[in-house]
Amino acid sequence: MASSALRAPLSLRVLTKGFIIFWLILAAFPFIWTLWGSFKVELDFFSIADWTNALTGANTERTHGSPFTGAGYEGAWVQEEFWRSVINTFIVCFFVVCTSLTIGTLGGYALSRSGYRYTFWLLITALIFRAMPPITLVSGYLLPFFEWNVWGILPTTIIVLVAINQPFTLWMLHSFFQNIPKELDESAKVDGCTQFQAFRLVIVPVMWPGVITTGLFSFLLAYNDFAVTSMLLSESNRTMVPEIAAFLGTTQTEGNVMFAVAAVVSATAPLFVLVMFFQRQIVSGLTAGAVKG
Amino acid sequence: MKHRTFFWFFLPTGLAMLLFIAAPIVSVVIQSVTAQHEPVLITVETCTPFSCTEETTIDQEATRELREARPLGRFVGLDIYLDRGHLAVAEVAEAWRTSDSIGAFFSELGDLPFYRAIGFTLTYTFTVTPLLIILGMAIALAVNTLTQKLKGVVIFFSLLPMIVTPLVGSLIMFWMIDNRGVLGNFLSWLVNDPDLSVKASTPLMWIALIVYGVWHSAPFAFVVFYAGLQTLPEDQIEASQIDGATRWQQVRYIVVPHLMPLVTFVALIQLMDNFRVFEPIVGFNASAHATSLSWIIFNDMGGETRQLSAAAATSVLTILGVAILLSPVLVRTWRDFKGKM
Repeated sequence: MASSALRAPLSLRVLTKGFIIFWLILAAFPFIWTLWGSFKVELDFFSIADWTNALTGANTERTHGSPFTGAGYEGAWVQEEFWRSVINTFIVCFFVVCTSLTIGTLGGYALSRSGYRYTFWLLITALIFRAMPPITLVSGYLLPFFEWNVWGILPTTIIVLVAINQPFTLWMLHSFFQNIPKELDESAKVDGCTQFQAFRLVIVPVMWPGVITTGLFSFLLAYNDFAVTSMLLSESNRTMVPEIAAFLGTTQTEGNVMFAVAAVVSATAPLFVLVMFFQRQIVSGLTAGAVKG
Repeated sequence: MKHRTFFWFFLPTGLAMLLFIAAPIVSVVIQSVTAQHEPVLITVETCTPFSCTEETTIDQEATRELREARPLGRFVGLDIYLDRGHLAVAEVAEAWRTSDSIGAFFSELGDLPFYRAIGFTLTYTFTVTPLLIILGMAIALAVNTLTQKLKGVVIFFSLLPMIVTPLVGSLIMFWMIDNRGVLGNFLSWLVNDPDLSVKASTPLMWIALIVYGVWHSAPFAFVVFYAGLQTLPEDQIEASQIDGATRWQQVRYIVVPHLMPLVTFVALIQLMDNFRVFEPIVGFNASAHATSLSWIIFNDMGGETRQLSAAAATSVLTILGVAILLSPVLVRTWRDFKGKM
C-alpha cells in the first residue's frame, strides 16, 4: 500500500500505532516482567507493600546485598535438580522429532503420490485423531502400560508423543509434498528407479524446507506437552513442564515460589531462541492452511 | 503408486496411529463400561453355646485371584455414565422435580461436577473464540500498515504468547494477577479495594481464564489473517476508492469478505482447541472456581486412587463433544475433496 492516495488520515495513523503498542505490551510485558522478577527475592516479586519493590529490588538488596540475585535459579537448578528435567526434555524432544519426521515423511509422501480413494479416508481419519484431546487417550494408556510394566519410562512417552504427533505431521507433509511436482520422481522411475529409490534420490534432497517447518511444530508439541508427560512419566523421569507443575505443589508450602519462577524462565528461554531463528518457518507453517484443518 | 508400495510407505505411521490412538480409544470405551471387581466376601458363622454370630470378612486371596484372572473388571453397562460424577441422571431428575424455577434448576446443576465442567468449558469455548478472532483481525489490519522492517519485530513479539508452553504462560499470568503481583495490585488500586483477590472470586477467575485464552490464541488468528491480507485484491480496493468508499467501508465490504474463508478456518480450529482447555486451570490453580472436562479426566487419573473407569467415561463423553464440534470441519473437507475430483 504505497500509493499516496491511500495515506491514512493522522487520527487513524495515531490510533493504529497506539493499538500496536498496546498489543506489543500485552504480548511481551508478562515475559519481560517475569524475567526481571526472577532475579529478585519473593518479597519483591510478590510485593504487598509497594509494587515498585519489584522494579528496584529493595528487599533483594537487603537480603543479598545487590538488587539482583540468582538465588531462585540456584535453588531450582542445583537444590531441586531441575537440570535432570532439562536433560529429559531434550532427550524426549530429540527422539520425538527424529522419529515422527522419519515415519511422517514416508507416510506423507505416499499419501501425496497415491491417487486412490483410500488416501482421502486416511487423511480424514488423521484429522479426527488430530482433534482428540490427548488427555482422553491417556486414560486408555494407563491400564495396559501398568499391565506390561512400561509405565514411567522415557521410551514409552516418546512413542506416545510420536503417535499423537503423526496426524498433524502427515497433513503438513502431505500438503508440502503435493507442491513438489510429480514429474520429478516419475522421470526417475522411468529411468529405472524403484519408488523408494526415487524418493531417496530425487525427493529427499528437495524436501528439507518442508521437513524443517514440520519438525519445528513437532518439537513444540513435544516440548509444550503437559497432559501426556505428567501422566506417563515417573517422578525421576519427569520432563520440564510436569516438573514445574510439581514445583508448585511442593515449593509453595516451603515459601520457595522463586524456584518455580526461575524454572519457568528457564523453560521459556529455548522457545525465545527458537522463534528468533525460525520465525519465518513458523509463520509459513501456521499459514499453510491445510495444516490444521 | 501401487497399493503394495503405498502399504510399505504408510506402514510405520499407520501402525503408530493404530496402536497409540485407535487402540486407546477402544480401550477407553471398554474401561468406561467396566469397574473393578467387588471384593469377595465370605460369611463365617461362629457359634458359642449361647448364641451364633455371623461375621463377614473380605476373602483377600479370592479377591486377588479374581482380579488377576480378569484384570478388566466386571461389566457394569452404562452405570458409570449415569452416576453422580458424570451425567447424574437421578440427581438431574430430582433437581428438575424439586426446583421451582429454571434458575434454581441450573444452580442445582452447577453443583454436579460434570455439568459444572460442561458449563465452564462451553462458556470458555464460545467466548474465547469470537474474541480472539476480533483481536487477531485488528492486529493483522494494524500491522499491515507498518513498514517492512517494523513488521518483523512486531511479528516476533506477537508469536510469543502462542509459542510459549500453555502451562508456563498461564503461570506467568497467574503470578501477575496474584493479589501481591503487579496486575493484582493495579486492579485493587483501580477499584480502590485493597482486599480484592482474583483467586478468591469465581467471576474474576473466569474472566482471567478467558483473558488468558484470548492472549494465548490471538497470535494464531493474527498470523493467518495477516497472510490473507497479503493476497488482497488491489484492483477491487482501487475500484471502491473511485466509487468513494470510506476506509471503513473498504474494510467492511472488501477486506472482511476476502478473509471470510480464513475466519471460518480459524474459528473451526479454535473451537476444537478451546474445547480441550486444561493447562490454564492447572496453572491458575482455579479448580475451585472453574473446571473443564479435560481437567476432570486429569484429576480422576492422578493421585493415589486412580479412578480409571471414571476418567474413561468422562473421556468418552469428551470425545463425543469433540465429534460434534468436528462435524462441520469434516463436511467442509468432504466438499473440498469432492470439488477436486
